[in-house]
Amino acid sequence: MSPKTLYDKIWDAHLVDEAEDGSSLLYIDRHLVHEVTSPQAFEGLRMTGRKVRNPQNTIAVPDHNVPTTPDRVDGIKNEESRIQVEALDRNAQDFGVNYYPVSDIRQGIVHIVGPEQGWTLPGMTVVCGDSHTATHGAFGALAHGIGTSEVEHVLATQTLIQQKSKNMKVEITGRLRPGVTAKDITMAVIGATGTAGGTGHVIEYCGEAIRELSMEGRMTVCNMAIEGGARAGLIAPDEKTYQYVQGRPHAPKGAQWEAALAWWKTLYSDPDAHWDKVVTIRGEDIAPLVTWGTSPEDVLPITASVPAPEDFTGGKVDAARRALEYMGLTAGQPLSEVEIDTVFIGSCTNGRIEDLRAAARVLEGKKVKDGLRAMIVPGSGLVRAQAEEEGLADIFTKAGFEWRLAGCSMCLAMNPDQLAPGERCAATSNRNFEGRQGRGGRTHLMSPAMAAAAAVTGRLTDVREMM
Amino acid sequence: MEKFDKLTGIAAPMPLINVDTDMIIPKQFLKTIKRTGLGVHLFDEMRYDGDGGEIPDFVLNTPQYRDAEILVAGDNFGCGSSREHAPWALLDFGIRCVIAPSFADIFYNNCFKNGILPIALPQERVDILMRDAEKGANARMDIDLEAQTITTSDGETITFDIDPFRKHCLINGLDDIALTLEKAPAIDAFEARASAARPWV
Repeated sequence: MSPKTLYDKIWDAHLVDEAEDGSSLLYIDRHLVHEVTSPQAFEGLRMTGRKVRNPQNTIAVPDHNVPTTPDRVDGIKNEESRIQVEALDRNAQDFGVNYYPVSDIRQGIVHIVGPEQGWTLPGMTVVCGDSHTATHGAFGALAHGIGTSEVEHVLATQTLIQQKSKNMKVEITGRLRPGVTAKDITMAVIGATGTAGGTGHVIEYCGEAIRELSMEGRMTVCNMAIEGGARAGLIAPDEKTYQYVQGRPHAPKGAQWEAALAWWKTLYSDPDAHWDKVVTIRGEDIAPLVTWGTSPEDVLPITASVPAPEDFTGGKVDAARRALEYMGLTAGQPLSEVEIDTVFIGSCTNGRIEDLRAAARVLEGKKVKDGLRAMIVPGSGLVRAQAEEEGLADIFTKAGFEWRLAGCSMCLAMNPDQLAPGERCAATSNRNFEGRQGRGGRTHLMSPAMAAAAAVTGRLTDVREMM
Repeated sequence: MEKFDKLTGIAAPMPLINVDTDMIIPKQFLKTIKRTGLGVHLFDEMRYDGDGGEIPDFVLNTPQYRDAEILVAGDNFGCGSSREHAPWALLDFGIRCVIAPSFADIFYNNCFKNGILPIALPQERVDILMRDAEKGANARMDIDLEAQTITTSDGETITFDIDPFRKHCLINGLDDIALTLEKAPAIDAFEARASAARPWV
């Protein structure tokens, strides 16, 4: 048998039908659903009299529109947001899919809830009408975002029409230096390959630095595979994966656990497998990173200075000029002197317990700089409860952070958490696009530890100075 | 889905790289539960000022491009989120074809589900079309999907590649779901095999 990559193996195990024209029908094991990209799909089913083929493998949770302040128990004030969440309430009930409503402690960001509840397992195909579905690749699952027409297609048929992507290996060798985290790895990769570097590929992340990461860290790395343009990001499952999964509500148990484990242990890329593209980065070379522009590829070490448009070539010259103007930055300005107004720690990239622990380690016994707005938004109700139990919430509130309820929050400004025009934010989310966090808002992406450090000093800060 | 076979229309130049889905349709317009009505918000933050007034020099606000049906853009068009609201907004505005050196994966897929033809061409070909588009309303391009050709206002013809299945669906306006449901026996058979091999799923 010819050697296969992990992606090849998962693909082959889910192939329903292969047409002569090269398009394939791929079976989908788990379909995650949220309120923004699903209403038109459910409406499509109603109009055609179709049903959800496998409601037991369909999991819905509202997250994008949900306010993160305690008054949300009284209902969502924004009418359009309320209508969208109510539509999901109704669709989940009418079509009989698994549902975690706003009132459920398990509610949270769909990509945090899925793994937390054990819905995401190694070797699965997982889709969601959301580009950050790549997150689930941390379990060795083939997971990617789809559009609303495809959401309707999966609801009706439990399959997706796909073209096979190419195989790309991203190896992070060696060990990370102190102060460097999973977020820095994933940003370093995008900085090296560009936002279109992975287009047409599925990335498998490997190497010692990846193996050393916790499951939370691996989810952070895979989450931003899409920012590198890749269809999906994958990490081969290992003991850490099995330990994380075991005992979760929807994980297999007893004899089924043993059977699953036996198959999971075959899920790795064969030594002679073919790679269409290989990128290698030395873990030791990665520094704590921040973005300076309006594309996730605009990445620099915190010790660097704002670049000049002339430092680039091609279309990037104009793009950089536009980005500097939007961001209100001047070429040559040291990044560590850039003053911020707001800190946002949360999102499907960095809203898990380990992220909150990292922030708490920096913030313990310290205060948020006067006049700064700072919020921590746990990724799920269960992450929030755990952080309270571990005493992290106390550290945050004593430092002057707002301690919020679970949701997508300020990552994408579809709920009340938004930036005002010109407001500058140190954010642990995944996109620094123009207007992403609110019209005219200025986003600098970074790790939770770096965001916590920035909260203390009021400027972009090298967290290593505070360790 | 509306069929796409031939299109003759004005092409608007947008020589920006990494045009992302937040630029195409900002998040505040994702709260709709319908597919229509988004055209007025297409490129909202580039097209309107903070008070809702049109920004005169934005390409789709200029008189010669208000009725554009084709967009010629830079590398990595449609990067960012999976929101199908992006092609919905383009379509609702009247854009039926986007030409760029490359597209983000999910956006590219989403176009085909909505009768929009995304054409990826080498940079030098896009440069030719960009210069043609910059001529304004006189620059009508002809796009023939069957023949896989773009003809510029000067009569220069450029060919493009497209996946045969997607071409077939676009030309015939086919609904993917109906096509897949014809394969229900294959899906049933797969489920039977998979539940024996991987009963924990």
